[in-house]
Amino acid sequence: MTLSVRGLGVSSLVRDVSFEIGAGERVGLIGESGSGKSLTALSIMGLLPEELPASGSVTLNGRELLGMSEKDLSRLRGDELAMVFQEPMTALNPAMRVGRQVTEPGRIHGRRHRAEDLLNAVGLPDTARAYPHQLSGGQRQRVVLAMALANEPSLLICDEPTTALDVTVQAQILALIKTSLPAESALLFITHDLAVVASVCERVLVMLDGEIVEAGSTREVLTSPSHAYTRKLLDASDLEARR
Amino acid sequence: MRNLVLGGVLVGLVVLAALLSFAWTPFDPVKVDAAHRLLGFTGSHWFGTDKFGRDLLSQLMVGARTTLYVGVVAVGIAAVIGTPLGILAGMSPRWLGEFVMRVNDLVLAFPALLLAIMFGAVFGADTLTAMVAIGIATIPSFARIARSGTLQVMSTEFVLAARAGGRSRLNIAVRHVLPNISGLLIVQASVSFAIAVLAEAALSFLGFGTRPPTPSWGRMLQESQELLTVQPRLALVPGIAIAVAVLGFNLLGDGLRDRLDPRLAARV
Repeated sequence: MTLSVRGLGVSSLVRDVSFEIGAGERVGLIGESGSGKSLTALSIMGLLPEELPASGSVTLNGRELLGMSEKDLSRLRGDELAMVFQEPMTALNPAMRVGRQVTEPGRIHGRRHRAEDLLNAVGLPDTARAYPHQLSGGQRQRVVLAMALANEPSLLICDEPTTALDVTVQAQILALIKTSLPAESALLFITHDLAVVASVCERVLVMLDGEIVEAGSTREVLTSPSHAYTRKLLDASDLEARR
Repeated sequence: MRNLVLGGVLVGLVVLAALLSFAWTPFDPVKVDAAHRLLGFTGSHWFGTDKFGRDLLSQLMVGARTTLYVGVVAVGIAAVIGTPLGILAGMSPRWLGEFVMRVNDLVLAFPALLLAIMFGAVFGADTLTAMVAIGIATIPSFARIARSGTLQVMSTEFVLAARAGGRSRLNIAVRHVLPNISGLLIVQASVSFAIAVLAEAALSFLGFGTRPPTPSWGRMLQESQELLTVQPRLALVPGIAIAVAVLGFNLLGDGLRDRLDPRLAARV
């Protein structure tokens, strides 16, 4: 699997973003709110709002994703490409039982999973008959993760999956992502939390005002940042002790 | 919960009367009996008789059929056409949604009773034309509610997540949008049901609804008016029946919404 993004632009919000992710790579995308991280992710998934068309090129294994028909895209989404969103409270359909929701991506792509198996894998036995409102934020995020991982995607995009959770639950979800993502699957992890990047990602991209200002291995970027913005980010974080 | 029970009891009363009337009524509801004209509340005629000596209770029971029939068919037409239209308008590109809603406004601006009277003039006034006309006139309110609900649901993250999961538009409409706007639709259905019952009564009152001698609550009201000062009972009986049905459906709709929404059901 190779995801290749070349000269991606979204209006003036994302400008000339280029990067590549290979099979099994864990890549972090960091930057503050409004820097274009989420728009970049949505461009890859083909989920940008109608009024924000993307330009440039995004290819998955050589196939161009930008401008692909909704029908072809929906065949890739939930199968090759999967995404976990920030807010677990709203990312599940409140009117559908959890068991039915986790097995839906499988049904759509012609695979049969047992809800119990998928939920057990994320540490949630006996929740198949529950409605989302009966679960806590962390439990819901586990359900969302189970849905995203059901079809063993080649690329999993996580858009700040731990931001809305408290610290202990954050650590559990991160551990779960690390252990349950198949080794050959690639990960694009969006966050503004440097500590999270340090614990999950091998490579990191730093985004500022719609552009990638720095890229490199996590160790390099976090120990000897070359861009002033990255240094500022580091100073503002509590990563001092690990340097 | 209290709404559901009370609404259920009131609606059940109307349904029971309608069902029972197929098998049994105290008297023949259309039989003229000059010897027993304008009786008050008596042992044999519980609700009395009208100016032709027809038993009021029997008329009321058979009239309940007409009322339910009109309500179910009119709301059915409105819901079956209006809901998909509203969801479509909410999920399609903005210009198409706007177009559908402007056409909708056009129909909405047309008074339901006027439409029904026109239908009656063209196709002949009877119960069927009345309820089809009421149904058509109610489509826009369903479309409007369905669209606003759909727009709200479509902006949520779980729809984005559903799209990220590769779900088709139809799947999203049926599995994600519809269940989440069903509460709105149920309330709309119960309100529309009440309005349809009132509209049928009004049309029959005006002579554009159910034709004599078929008993209808609206026509019973109409026939009562010449004797209103001497025999107010003749207006009160069908009037209270209409009020019971309308109140019953409103309460039932409220109760059902609380019951069917998993988030609200937890608190009931």
